[in-house]
Amino acid sequence: MNSYAKRLMWPVLILVALIVVNIAATGIDFIIPSVNDGRLGGAFVNILRRSAPLMLIALGMTLVIATKGIDLSVGAVYAIGAAIACQMIIGQEDQSAAGLIFSAVALALVVTAVIGAWNGTMVAYFGIQPIVATLILMIAGRGIAQLITGGQIPKVQDSSPFTQLGRGEIFTIPLPIWIAALVFVAIALLTRKTALGLLLESVGGNPEASRLAGIRSKGITVLVYLVCGLCAGLAGLIGAANLGSADANNGGLWIELDAILAVVIGGTALLGGRFYLLGTTIGVVIIGTLEDTIINVGLSSQWQFTAKAIVVFAVALLQSPEFRGWILKPFKPKPEAAAPAPAPAEEVPAK
Amino acid sequence: MFKKALAGIGAGALLFGLTACGGGDGGSDGGDDGSLVIGFAQVGAESAWRTANSKSIQDAAEAAGHELKFNDAQQDQEKQIEAVRGFINQQVDVIVLAPVVETGWTDVLQEAEDAGIPVVLADRGVEAADEDLYVTRLGSDFAEEGRKAGAWAAETFAADADGTRILELQGTTGSAPANDRKSGFFEVLDSEGLNYEIVDSQSGNFTAEEGKAVMETFITTHGLDGIDLLYAHNDEMGLGAIQAIEEAGKVPGKDIQIIIVDGSKAGFQAGVDGKVNYIVECNPAFGPQLMDVLESVVAGDEVEKFTPVEEGVFDATQFEAELPNRQF
Repeated sequence: MNSYAKRLMWPVLILVALIVVNIAATGIDFIIPSVNDGRLGGAFVNILRRSAPLMLIALGMTLVIATKGIDLSVGAVYAIGAAIACQMIIGQEDQSAAGLIFSAVALALVVTAVIGAWNGTMVAYFGIQPIVATLILMIAGRGIAQLITGGQIPKVQDSSPFTQLGRGEIFTIPLPIWIAALVFVAIALLTRKTALGLLLESVGGNPEASRLAGIRSKGITVLVYLVCGLCAGLAGLIGAANLGSADANNGGLWIELDAILAVVIGGTALLGGRFYLLGTTIGVVIIGTLEDTIINVGLSSQWQFTAKAIVVFAVALLQSPEFRGWILKPFKPKPEAAAPAPAPAEEVPAK
Repeated sequence: MFKKALAGIGAGALLFGLTACGGGDGGSDGGDDGSLVIGFAQVGAESAWRTANSKSIQDAAEAAGHELKFNDAQQDQEKQIEAVRGFINQQVDVIVLAPVVETGWTDVLQEAEDAGIPVVLADRGVEAADEDLYVTRLGSDFAEEGRKAGAWAAETFAADADGTRILELQGTTGSAPANDRKSGFFEVLDSEGLNYEIVDSQSGNFTAEEGKAVMETFITTHGLDGIDLLYAHNDEMGLGAIQAIEEAGKVPGKDIQIIIVDGSKAGFQAGVDGKVNYIVECNPAFGPQLMDVLESVVAGDEVEKFTPVEEGVFDATQFEAELPNRQF
């Protein structure tokens, strides 16, 4: 088994375990999709559809974390993206005009990309620590979203095609799943089929050495924060379209923490360097499934956070070679003459 | 390093700079002509309900000829404590506080008492240990709201022979409105002897997003066939759930009856569209009532420890007539 598969093994096992628990609680219907009104439904498909915004943000976050950064502002940027699009659409008489919806979506994406690029500029050119640079917008961003919506929750008409972004389907597959899948493929191709991925990991590993090696590390840093902001804006659009409204206070609240969690569950170290897009995807689905599991097994709301913490603990511990070595110690044959390195070298997180 | 420091100052300014707003210059000039100087420490502007609440109080103060010093704490208790201290320093006639959380008020309320300034709580309460440190609380009786919803459910489903199957969307876990709206509701169902079953009850955190997500899961887990009633602790969650029901191919308000608490414009609009069957009002427009309470407090009259806000209930026949009156 190569190291990549090995890293994915534990998250996949946890996900499978969660799915088994759900099937045990609610029957095999949990995993089998059903077609409803020409749209694929069923419990698991719903989980995937609802996870799409988190998925987009977690993908952007993976890239940022690969450069040894972090972006705390994504939840606020989510709210800004949603607010811009909804506010622009409700301001017009005909909320179904294709041109209006196109320009609302475009404006939201441009603004969120600019916000992302601004974060990146502060980190790359002004040398501000990523956690500080993005914390500013994490706090101020919701205020900006509130200014955009005037403190109200703008509601788009249900008939507006904008809502299709969150509720529609193509070939029966829900549109949010398409969008998340397309962004995943695009980012995977960009980082794995071009040198960009290598450059990213090199910037995350050692920005100064990368610069000396001739990599334009500052430009790359700005680019990843821009992509992260763009992903957050797109996530906000999907979330707003799903509800037909934009809630500046609660839209995407704490999604940055879920995204970081998904990245970490997926095996990407916060130290930067190696990153695992597929691992992040599994992390996102684990978080999405977990929320349904709590309802399906009949736990009360008070359990929500505790149950989440227990599962995350389990994943984190299982991923630690030290913990696995410690727990498996009694079952291993006594090593002769104390082998110096019981854990394989590839388990050491790349710095 | 310099740049980092600058960024830190910038962040600090963003975080704390806004506290200064609403403080205004000091000096109390009220009292001569019966007009009061009121210091009002509001929670923030976190929802349409809150915005309407602030506006109602500001309008009522202006109409009554009182001077209102308004402070928006942006959901931060520290800022609220600072605001109350500011009001004490300015020697206002009376302080109105809508506390963000229930605990941690003892010191600053004691300071107000020492300064001889009466404190009236608006909307939310503080922990029982601090009960002697404020004059009265004017706010919604959340348990009563739950009881009103329960009374309608018990009457509507009294003839339901096979038992009423109920889904509940709770508010934020542990919050007073969520706890009380739940307990009040089921208290009445029990006392009325309704034959009911709670099919599921989960928190939707008072947001449309989570309300919709939880409802979708309810639908895939339990199905909607045989579900009689959805009780949502606020409008937003109810509106999210309505979308989930529609997307599952059912007719909200018909296939499954829906009760919501709050009564925003959007909630009433859903009622007019036939998607909601009963609305229990949680009234933010208690500005005029608050002014009456403040005037009697300053005049030294005896007031009850708790003054409930006047709140109504609306069924399908009243939605259309009431919609234009909604302020949030």
